[in-house]
Amino acid sequence: MDLLEYQGKKLFAQHGVPVPVGKPATSVEEAVASAEELGYPVVVKAQVLIGGRGKAGGIKLATNHDEAAQHAEAILGMDIKGHVVHELYIEKASEIEEEYYAAFVFDRSAKKPMAMFSKMGGMDVEAVAETDPEAMRTLHVDPLVGFQDFQGRRLAYEAGIPADVIRPVGAMLAKLYETFVSEDAMLVEVNPLLVTKSRDVVALDAKVTLDGNALYRHPDSAEFRNIGAEDEQERMAKERNLTYVKLDGNVGILGNGAGLVMSTLDVVAQAGGQPANFLDAGGGSKAEAITSAVEVILSDPKVTAVLFNIFGGITRCDEVAKGLIEAFRQIEPTVPFVVRLDGTNDKEGRALLAEADLPNVHTEATMLGAAKRVVELAGQPTAAAQA
Amino acid sequence: MAVLVDNDTRLCVSGITGREGTFHSLNNRTYGTQVVSGVTPGKGGQDVEGIPVFNTFHDAVEQTGANTAMIFVPPRFAADSILEAEDAGIELIITITEGIPAHDELKVYNHLKRNPNVRLVGPNCPGILSPGKANVGIIPASFFSEGNVGVVSRSGTLTYQIGNELAQSGFGNSSIVGIGGDPVPGSSFIDIVELFEADDETELIVLSGEIGGDAEEQAAEFIAENVSKPVVAYIAGFTAPPGKTMGHAGAIVSGSKGTAQAKAEALEAKGVRVGRTPTEVAEIAVEILRG
Repeated sequence: MDLLEYQGKKLFAQHGVPVPVGKPATSVEEAVASAEELGYPVVVKAQVLIGGRGKAGGIKLATNHDEAAQHAEAILGMDIKGHVVHELYIEKASEIEEEYYAAFVFDRSAKKPMAMFSKMGGMDVEAVAETDPEAMRTLHVDPLVGFQDFQGRRLAYEAGIPADVIRPVGAMLAKLYETFVSEDAMLVEVNPLLVTKSRDVVALDAKVTLDGNALYRHPDSAEFRNIGAEDEQERMAKERNLTYVKLDGNVGILGNGAGLVMSTLDVVAQAGGQPANFLDAGGGSKAEAITSAVEVILSDPKVTAVLFNIFGGITRCDEVAKGLIEAFRQIEPTVPFVVRLDGTNDKEGRALLAEADLPNVHTEATMLGAAKRVVELAGQPTAAAQA
Repeated sequence: MAVLVDNDTRLCVSGITGREGTFHSLNNRTYGTQVVSGVTPGKGGQDVEGIPVFNTFHDAVEQTGANTAMIFVPPRFAADSILEAEDAGIELIITITEGIPAHDELKVYNHLKRNPNVRLVGPNCPGILSPGKANVGIIPASFFSEGNVGVVSRSGTLTYQIGNELAQSGFGNSSIVGIGGDPVPGSSFIDIVELFEADDETELIVLSGEIGGDAEEQAAEFIAENVSKPVVAYIAGFTAPPGKTMGHAGAIVSGSKGTAQAKAEALEAKGVRVGRTPTEVAEIAVEILRG
């Protein structure tokens, strides 16, 4: 779960990471009221989950009421690399003297948190890593002991920052680590980490990714919303406890088990098709879950054909067939379905489908055969549907 | 031989009194696995169809000689249960539970690493099946027979798909090991490939990976240096968009890292043949086995 800047900063503030004061806003009026309250100059910042907001014109300085209104007006609704701006963050402007970079990442390879720090902040970290790898200082943290003061000092000294900010930067790193662990984050990134003219150390941006599996421990964070990133089908699927990811194509996909579904998408793509979604109906799905999943898939208007690829382990193929039959009764789909049932109770499942004789439902014996068939039936996505 | 679970396995199931826990424990017993005990705090003294239930792993180990644990409890209790099993002296802990917080997994992993006598498989895995010997977990055993192909996989159903295609060509399995789809698996591809390399029964190894992390890339390096047996690989997720979690918590392309393309290339660069579809993986394996 990726957080917007202001949401990440809210968590930072709770853990004592210094951040400039600010307020989120969803309208021009709200933005101006916040600006007036904070006092000028303020920065009007687009809240979208994509880098390069500044270059795209999504971050502007306002020194008075009119400028605040003008910038809020311009930025709200702006499209930044495909992300439409629905929210703003109005923040008290900071006087920038130096820009650093700091992060804690969940290093899956080392199976430890990794601290990263560089004095070359404010720019693309991957570019820094390429042009000057020495400039990015990293070290691993033992999760059983936690981040130690010496580690903060070491990063700060190795990065070569001025003596007067060694201590406050180390302190901020310790607080960022605390945020990383106690909020169950997969990523905490500050770019830039600012040294102001008055030599204060402040987090000017916040990029935080939370672990969806740990949200039960963080009821407040579970409430964070990002209106711009919410997709209708993904929202529907979430309500129904289905694992769904929206994609760009026109072939609806349902399978059981994450690996098999990913593989199904690949096989459909190899057959020349474009998957419309990833949907894992999960292990042991009952008929109701299948019916519910069909509803989600078909609510995407781009879908012109649907593929069921089931290899039953704990999932029983007769339950899948019952679910599909019920979906046809309730929804009366107009697009063709290709169904491949293998594994537990496959004969029963296929017999149920044969008996029901659903309109435009084709059964296939193999995964590859089914993928080929559904691609033929789906045709290519039309330009209008893609737009 | 086989790897990890066999006739000597003495299984204790954490969460045996839950609906799923009971169902799969009994399934495993029906298959022939020695399911010697279960643990559910507060239900010590009860039994599940004759399998005694204890309040603690320590009691279960002491009284039933359990050497293997299967963890079936909900995510919020799973890390605690794994640590309890380790503390009680269990040698192999197989964790089926899906949805354990990643930071819990990180702590468990780093703690268990300090004990050379314990091995964790999973979390978020279907378990381990050694056909004809023992089944620990939720793998539908009826699709698999004894044979000489060792399978290690991050995905359950994909394993069944590949295994079934091999079975249709007449090849069975030494063991099938699900290492799970989470970001911090207790056992890596390398850990299991190493066991298969040393296992007399295993003649060929199938490695089924997916997007996210770099476990496949690390395995490629290891195989090149240490493995004499043929390895055939599959990678799922070529069409996965970056930044989206594809069902498994660990299946995510982060920026440009962890792509299926990079994994397939890393394996092929080390001489591992990579099938483009599960069917092709089975075909390559059969071709090698028939020599």
